[in-house]
Amino acid sequence: MIENIDFADILLGGISAGTVLFIVSVGLSITMGLMGFVNLAHGAFAMFGGYVIVLAMNRAHIGFAASLALGFAVTAVLSAVLERLLYRRLYRAGELDQVLFTIGLIFIFIAATVIVVGPESQLLTLPPGLRGQLDLGFTHYRTYSVFLIVVGFLIVAGIWLAVERTRIGAQIRATVDNRRMAESLGINVDRLFTITFAFGSGMAAIGGGLGAEFLGLDPQYPLKYLVYFLIVVSVGGLGSVVGVYCAALLLGVLDFVLKLYVPKGGTMFIYVLTILLLLWRPQGLFGRKEP
Amino acid sequence: MNVALAPADEPAAAARLAHPAARALIRRHYFRWWEALPWAAAIGFYFAFPAYLAFGTELLITVLFALSLDLALGYAGIITLGHAAFFGTGAYAVGLLAFHGVWTEPITSLVLAAMVAAAIGFASGLVLLRTRGLTLLMLTICTMALLQEAANMAHDYTGGFDGLPNLPIAPIFGAFAFNPLYDNTQYLYALAVLLISFLFVRTLVYSPFGQSLTGIRENLLRMHAVGAPVRRRLVICYTISAALAGVAGGLWAQTNAYVNLSALDLDRAATVLIILILGGYGRLYGAFVGAAAYLALEHFLARVYPTAWQLGLGLLLVAIALFAHNGILGIGAMLWRRYGRRRAAA
Repeated sequence: MIENIDFADILLGGISAGTVLFIVSVGLSITMGLMGFVNLAHGAFAMFGGYVIVLAMNRAHIGFAASLALGFAVTAVLSAVLERLLYRRLYRAGELDQVLFTIGLIFIFIAATVIVVGPESQLLTLPPGLRGQLDLGFTHYRTYSVFLIVVGFLIVAGIWLAVERTRIGAQIRATVDNRRMAESLGINVDRLFTITFAFGSGMAAIGGGLGAEFLGLDPQYPLKYLVYFLIVVSVGGLGSVVGVYCAALLLGVLDFVLKLYVPKGGTMFIYVLTILLLLWRPQGLFGRKEP
Repeated sequence: MNVALAPADEPAAAARLAHPAARALIRRHYFRWWEALPWAAAIGFYFAFPAYLAFGTELLITVLFALSLDLALGYAGIITLGHAAFFGTGAYAVGLLAFHGVWTEPITSLVLAAMVAAAIGFASGLVLLRTRGLTLLMLTICTMALLQEAANMAHDYTGGFDGLPNLPIAPIFGAFAFNPLYDNTQYLYALAVLLISFLFVRTLVYSPFGQSLTGIRENLLRMHAVGAPVRRRLVICYTISAALAGVAGGLWAQTNAYVNLSALDLDRAATVLIILILGGYGRLYGAFVGAAAYLALEHFLARVYPTAWQLGLGLLLVAIALFAHNGILGIGAMLWRRYGRRRAAA
């Protein structure tokens, strides 16, 4: 079985899995970089959005693209409300309170999901156009995985352009560099926080929906993948979109290869690598050194 | 000691020492009457609820585990989500020795568990404690996950996912055997270990070493500025904390007569953190209050309404993080102060 899988297939499979990780984690990286908030509940937003998307498709029979948009919007609004009401109070609090608060949020999301939807896992039904195989010239591969890779690339390019080339992107960079100075210049930092937080959660929602194929979607989702999201963000470097993309792809490919060739104990290698990398560069691959 | 500080020929100094604040500072480490309450309650529990001694044993072990975390997190301010690494190390040290028939004597096994956990704590602390914040949090989680994966992989020795069942544990002092049906011996044994460990931690916390840990937590830069060996202190504290967690893990393995991968779980690490914060960290008795409140609720609520329990726990954590930073004991202290002020005003 292993002999039939060639190098390109492994790479494509790993990259598509990594793309899902990227889409979910990118918001976490931005909010952590911008606000210095340890938001362990980020995966809960991914799960919430994933549920909205999958349920919209399966129960309300809304189209795939429209469901994604709906999931993004609903999750963004919910997270903006939570940010305004609760998160905001803890920006200046210690990490411990932030960790506690977000673990509490995870529990609430899990319990609410079990109560409202039920404990069983949800299945994503792909639209007909994304099923089957696609001829890439050099190999045949699942259309959906190729779709994911393309979408991921578009997202990283889009966010990069938004951060580097737009007014709000410049404001974000200024706030990351020096919050007080940015505030003195009249940048509405509070509004900026809410917007980026809502956007990041919305991206997580899309990641949760698109990734329901790979990662599954059940109430335990936020806890199950918490460590993976954190590894991606801390290895990539806080606030660095490109860093998160590279770290996610690296983790995706590594995980894919290790699961294939070292089915037992492959994950150990990932943890060792993470530890070594963080000891070498505590700020992550693309993160900036603390002053 | 008071006399030595205030020679008779210096009345001004003596007057200063008589000030209530000075007296409170000097007598800070004295035993108070209420400090006997948890121990009285523990002994009362033994006679009042003989049917719940298994639960009681679990509670005592959890208190010890939370106490070990309190030393690192509450006093030294090391924020870790991977403390189960040491709990699991201790549990597996005891479990492996007993299961393979190498060593089954319980008390020396605990000492060995403490030593192995301390070694891992020292080695990981030496490299991990260079970092701070999210990186430190990540590294502690990764270390724990690494150990869990290692325990899973060494299937031939550790039993992998299934763990090691039916550990043969020799009787304590060769006389008091562990009975899996009646937890009397286990309970008293755990209580004795907890008492000794607690006295050790209490002494440590009020020692100059413990004071410097609090200093590091409160103001890292100032401690550097006054020339305190910050990193060495942190590593030593982390090592001691790991050793205590190892003792808790070893106790857990002995009293349950099994050990499995759950000893090294993120769940366990998160739960002990929640318990400590629920009770109030950095105050010695927070571990007692938090463990009792959490386990009692979990034991009687979670079995019947698991989802409601999770929802309630989540709401409670959010409320504590937002409004009551010091947990149950913090709320109690606040009420006590408020009541005391009103009484003084009246």
